[in-house]
Amino acid sequence: MASTERLLLSGNEAVALAALHAGVTLGTGYPGTPSTEILEAFDHMGGPAQWAPNEKVALEVALGVSFAGARSLTTMKHVGVNVAADPLFTAAYIDMTGGLVLVSADDPGMASSQNEQDNRHYARAAIVPMLEPADAQQAYDFTLAAFELSERWKVPVILRMTTRICHAKTEVHPGPERPSSIQPGYERDIPGRVMIPAYARPAHHKVRAKMEEIAQWNEQSDLNQIHPGDRSLGIITSGVAVMHAREAAPEATILALGLTWPLPMKRIKEFVESVDRCVVIEEGDHLLYEALKVAGLDVEGKPEMYRFSELNVPRVRRILAGDTTPEAKPPRGKPPELCKGCSHREVFEALSRMDCIVAGDIGCYTLGVLPPFEAMDTCVCMGAAIGVGLGLRHVLPEDQARRVVSVIGDSTFVHSGLTGIAEMVYNPPPTGHVVLIVDNSTTAMTGRQEHPGTGRSLNHEPANKMDFGAVCRAMGVKNVEVVDPQKPGEDFEGRLRAMLEKDELSVMIAERPCILAAPLIRKFEKAQEEKQAQCSAAMTD
Amino acid sequence: MAVTNIVLAGLGGQGVVKASDLLSTTAFNAGCEVKKSEVHGMSQRGGSVTSDVRFGDKVLSPMVPMGEADFLLVFESSQVDINRGWLKPGGVLITPDAIPEGALRNRKSLNVAILGALSVMLDFEEDQWIRSIHTCLAEKLHAVNEQAFALGREVGQQLGRVKETEGV
Repeated sequence: MASTERLLLSGNEAVALAALHAGVTLGTGYPGTPSTEILEAFDHMGGPAQWAPNEKVALEVALGVSFAGARSLTTMKHVGVNVAADPLFTAAYIDMTGGLVLVSADDPGMASSQNEQDNRHYARAAIVPMLEPADAQQAYDFTLAAFELSERWKVPVILRMTTRICHAKTEVHPGPERPSSIQPGYERDIPGRVMIPAYARPAHHKVRAKMEEIAQWNEQSDLNQIHPGDRSLGIITSGVAVMHAREAAPEATILALGLTWPLPMKRIKEFVESVDRCVVIEEGDHLLYEALKVAGLDVEGKPEMYRFSELNVPRVRRILAGDTTPEAKPPRGKPPELCKGCSHREVFEALSRMDCIVAGDIGCYTLGVLPPFEAMDTCVCMGAAIGVGLGLRHVLPEDQARRVVSVIGDSTFVHSGLTGIAEMVYNPPPTGHVVLIVDNSTTAMTGRQEHPGTGRSLNHEPANKMDFGAVCRAMGVKNVEVVDPQKPGEDFEGRLRAMLEKDELSVMIAERPCILAAPLIRKFEKAQEEKQAQCSAAMTD
Repeated sequence: MAVTNIVLAGLGGQGVVKASDLLSTTAFNAGCEVKKSEVHGMSQRGGSVTSDVRFGDKVLSPMVPMGEADFLLVFESSQVDINRGWLKPGGVLITPDAIPEGALRNRKSLNVAILGALSVMLDFEEDQWIRSIHTCLAEKLHAVNEQAFALGREVGQQLGRVKETEGV
């Protein structure tokens, strides 16, 4: 029930507020645009939140919370779900106890991502219900509904957001708190939670049966809404496309789907039959259109050209008009660049001068690919720098192999670099290999979040700090050096050249705090010193 | 009230998103339905940033359609041409050239000065804007931004007079 309180919230803030009102016991995730602010807002509102080293671990922790009978929220961007996919697909087979909601924040148009994947596919592939809000109010309402669905059917639920939901501020009327009625506590359920084949086989049947039940429930659910209008044009849509469609075709009658998997097929069929012409308006892939065609429904999809990038009101107008003439090219803005004074500049200038073959990775330093540096040869996904660099080293002729360097950031190294080091130690190429960890003491790309290498937790309070050099040495890397790339006396380039000449495994940690984060880091450190001084003063009193 | 569409454009670090927060907060507190969206991420590294603000009785899409902006505020001269396409015919363009930068106590408050120029063309009370400055910015930034806002309002009033004269 909506209250009179009226707030202007981003979709991310709305999810955080709903998580608070749902009594979420732990929020965990990995920062990734456009999802990052959910956990930060949740922490700010007083909810317990923490950054995990990566999305797989975040989901695993969330599963443990659920098994203990408490509600958990796990957040990530679309490509993060790929990392979490391994536990996700089996989680669907397991009975959730406390509600578990996974937020997938997709980035159609790739404002800050390496691909444009449509994570609606995951709901079908992993056999998990999916909710898609159309604005911040629905982000709030659907988060609460997702926890209730999760507990009612004991399933993990995906809340799929997109950039224009996450980062768009719209009006929210929050309701009363709706915490779980389940009390935390452990109850053993070996066949329910240990997915050996003998237990997983019946679990697969069980989850398909659950989805049937949810589909039945969805036929009547008010998570889907009809916006009545003229019966000559019907539109079936979901997510932010609902808003574009309502604006582009105010006269049309619109079925706005909220629980988009499993689909309420009877209701959709009735809708299609009630209108003269029915068009499916969906952002990204042709998922919904294909599902309806397979069900034998007479619907129109969108031309292939609208699969790419975001939808908007003019594009929806064009789809409805069947217009496939070339679209006006959007203005080309100024591309981003490495900040003035950023220590990655020295690193990429050196790599460029040395004509290195650079296997790169995901983070601010990916900007080393742009002029004037143009010093990055590959970028695939988080952690790929090390694996790809090793592959190159294995087969290139020696003179080229010796020029291969894997460049990876500090947060990315923790996220997905450690297993790459294990591979390097286990299967070393004949010329050895050089991994360059560009450590700027923060997750700079997503807005300066903490990670296990910074020594501070999500709320910037002190935490255990992972020592990259010690870890690499302990894993069997022979040469480990720490260098400040901006200090001329430390001879970054000379030392890197020496490493490249050896047939050995080397890790160089180029350490220099991010120029944007440095003042904040000093502030956190100062606050900590003051706290410690107060404590020791109190002890001596 | 029909929907008013405003696009704010500039470079990362110029306060585009902060200015759109101030604008949307003002409209929201005045009782309008408001939708505001922006794309950030890579744009934090000095790249182009735009933010869309729409307000009125009923707002649907959070994005201003190309060619339908009533106002286009550009915070960096180099971004004027690439963003011009957002404006509808007869829409108002406000660029940094309109602001006498030397008169700003802090160059960083250019975004708020441009909002000041816009403010004289919208129906919100001046003190609603000042309240937004107080709620959206840290206390130590209030005075400098109030000065920038006042300067922008003077500029806006002159712009308005020029427009009226041209219209005659």
